[in-house]
Amino acid sequence: MGFEQFVFYIFAAILLFAGTMVITVRNPVHAAMFLVLAFFSSSALWLLLEAEFLAIVLVLVYVGAVMVLFLFVVMMLDINLIPLREGFMRYLPVGIMIALVVIGMMAYVVGSEFSGHAIPERHGADYNNIAELGRILYTEYVYPFELAAVILVVAIIAAISLTLRRRPMVKHQDPDAQIKVRKEDRLRVVKMDAEKKN
Amino acid sequence: MIELSSYLIVSAILFALSMAGIFINRKNMIILLMSIELMLLAVNINFVAFSYYLSDTAGQVFVFFILTVAAAEAAIGLAILVVLFRNRRTINVQDMDSLKG
Repeated sequence: MGFEQFVFYIFAAILLFAGTMVITVRNPVHAAMFLVLAFFSSSALWLLLEAEFLAIVLVLVYVGAVMVLFLFVVMMLDINLIPLREGFMRYLPVGIMIALVVIGMMAYVVGSEFSGHAIPERHGADYNNIAELGRILYTEYVYPFELAAVILVVAIIAAISLTLRRRPMVKHQDPDAQIKVRKEDRLRVVKMDAEKKN
Repeated sequence: MIELSSYLIVSAILFALSMAGIFINRKNMIILLMSIELMLLAVNINFVAFSYYLSDTAGQVFVFFILTVAAAEAAIGLAILVVLFRNRRTINVQDMDSLKG
């Protein structure tokens, strides 16, 4: 077994272990941590597949942003965990059965169809994955790329407008009213005679 | 050398695990969202594996888009979760029955 295969099996095992723990642990914070582990190990698998840019993006975006968001929400909400665990044991056999059926079906298709597929040559040291990806992303896929940007903007607006809340009793500044203030509304010039010298 | 089918089977097992997770944790909405993230990760592993073994960079572009959409989905899903918890004080899927009519 070569070193490459050794690395593959190690990280695949970590990935599947982390995936199993995500769906079985009691505490959602631990589940989020195991999901981070799953993202790290699959990023290592992607490095083996010469997708360096995506591997780094996976760590930066998922571990750095999405999972931090998950952890933030999990820790912010004061969740009573006991009712959420009800029925865990009851549905466990169903879950295991469905997982086995899906694995069996996919392994049947994948094992017969894609075994013995030609393994491509490794690229040399001068191969640049980011340049390769950028070339195709900014020419052939430039409109989908812009659509992705639009989707992100929509997500930002949706997330902010969903969670924005106006509480009636809180004192706050109203910049609109502050800007609209005129001098005449606030300032009163009082004419009075100067004091006489005595 | 690693076969293409090894990657595909790892990703199939991961997909099946996250599918089982949706069935097992059917009350905890946070774990449900995490299971969806795991499913998207399994799909992405498939895309990257095919992109490498077929020597076609387009697969990686698709992974890029899936990552974008998944990030947007996670953000909106968590925002809905926060609003839901603020209004109902629970994230139990079983309690979300006010649309039953």
